[in-house]
Amino acid sequence: MSELSKLKIAEARDALKKGDVTSVELTEACLAEIDAAGALNAFVHNTPDLALEQAKAADARKDAGSLNGIPLGIKDLFCTKGVASQAASKILDGFKPEYESTVSQNLLDAGAVMLGKLNMDEFAMGSSNETSVYGDAVNPWKVDDRKLTPGGSSGGSAAAVAADLCLGATGTDTGGSIRQPAAFTGITGIKPTYGRCSRWGIVAFASSLDQAGPMTKDVRDAAIMLQAMCGHDPKDSTSADLPVPDFEAMLTGDIKGKTIGIPREYHMDGMPDEIEALWAEGRKMLTDAGAKLVDISLPHTKYALPTYYVIAPAEASSNLARYDGVRFGHRAKLGQGDGITEMYEKTRAEGFGQEVKRRVMVGTYVLSAGFYDAYYNRARKVRALIKKDFEDVFAQGVDAILTPATPSAAFGLGEMTDADPVAMYLNDVFTVTVNLAGLPGISVPAGLDKQGLPLGLQLIGRPWEEGDLLNTAYALEQAAGFVAKPKKWW
Amino acid sequence: MSIDTDTARKVAHLARIKVEEDELPALAGEFNAILGFIEQLQEVDVEGVEPMTSVTPQRLKRRDDVVTDGDQQDKVLANAPDAREGFFAVPKVVE
Repeated sequence: MSELSKLKIAEARDALKKGDVTSVELTEACLAEIDAAGALNAFVHNTPDLALEQAKAADARKDAGSLNGIPLGIKDLFCTKGVASQAASKILDGFKPEYESTVSQNLLDAGAVMLGKLNMDEFAMGSSNETSVYGDAVNPWKVDDRKLTPGGSSGGSAAAVAADLCLGATGTDTGGSIRQPAAFTGITGIKPTYGRCSRWGIVAFASSLDQAGPMTKDVRDAAIMLQAMCGHDPKDSTSADLPVPDFEAMLTGDIKGKTIGIPREYHMDGMPDEIEALWAEGRKMLTDAGAKLVDISLPHTKYALPTYYVIAPAEASSNLARYDGVRFGHRAKLGQGDGITEMYEKTRAEGFGQEVKRRVMVGTYVLSAGFYDAYYNRARKVRALIKKDFEDVFAQGVDAILTPATPSAAFGLGEMTDADPVAMYLNDVFTVTVNLAGLPGISVPAGLDKQGLPLGLQLIGRPWEEGDLLNTAYALEQAAGFVAKPKKWW
Repeated sequence: MSIDTDTARKVAHLARIKVEEDELPALAGEFNAILGFIEQLQEVDVEGVEPMTSVTPQRLKRRDDVVTDGDQQDKVLANAPDAREGFFAVPKVVE
């Protein structure tokens, strides 16, 4: 029974079509795995009754969609109708949306089954899933007594997919929140071009950077799931009105003649040898597959993180202004004589965790009178330069860019607690440029480090060319032949 | 530019987040660490660069200015911590 949850989406789809398995069987297998995986703290709101109801409907359906009967997990950032959706924050305690996010609705329309909601960093602010009101999600990979982070912010999604609690999961990525956890857990995660997936109904963190994407067991599954998630949505004014190609059909594995850029600025000082070695390995794999490698320069790379840490908090401070204890979620108990200002201040002090408060206040500061030009406007200008760096190399004929996904393998939960907040931010050093430039980026598991923990490589594509990017990732995946799985301890 | 406890207090108030007096020095220290990191942006030559407004070159779509939604008072109020007689209820705002 438990073997069924190990299936990939494509395998399950084919087995369902042939009648070898039913959606109810698949769903029950996943629910049993979820029940036995409390130690991972990946699923935080389980919806078994709803899942079985959806599975039965899928089994009865005649004209089945691309994900008919496939059990998935949904990140807690997505609003799901009638099901708790609280962005892993105390301030949204008890919130049950009256509506369904466009992306999760698209998945349901394609026939998918929702198993429940997945752990994450509070409001997607974090790189280790340690800022969640539900407590830490735990990486199924383990090499000693330490519990490791699955990365963040989509840590629950990554842990659930890596541990075979579900066939795939949704994630969101504002600075690396799909790609970093995917790399830390040995799975595949793609952030599409800004505008591919509708943001409607996804709790907003930084609206100009946020994008949803799939987290899956391989590249083919990422193509299938992304296809179902994206598409134009009139309810999101930044949603792209462009046709969505058949991503899966574009997976030929043929990348002969493709030009892959290797950015010199991504050789960071103090980067572990193993990451350098993995990157070199990746270059060799793509060359062997027939691609042409060229050295490129993205000169403003070093300014990406500081730019991000102006723009993302600024947008967060505006977006999170809505959590005021009036319309939804938590409201503080008020004392004698407390007025509306005290209500706002106490509610937000109680409802937001430390990292969220810090970012909201940094955002407030950089947007305040006297600093708006020095910080916010300057960051928007540097962002334009970062984007231009990419446009220049694409204009030179580069089809995709290969980089490491993360500067290290997964670290231990609690190991960064006493570090400067900036040290945690460095996790996103290779991924954040992609959000600032609005480009598609994918993390593919490519090897294990000396301890036996997974490491990922990132490919960055041209805007709107996710199909081509997925195909390059597919070639890399085939060459890397990564099949390792975490040994079950939970 | 260094942030002192007075600035930290002011920012906390602007953000409508209550911060206890004894927590302000630590908060100011964290702000300084983050702002020190951001300070690198001052060395970039941004002469003549337009601040980015949209990451993908697109015109926002327009639509007719008509009502497209409404009559959902119950749903709108369903998650309110305090709703009475069809309204959100808050502490007294005006005397």
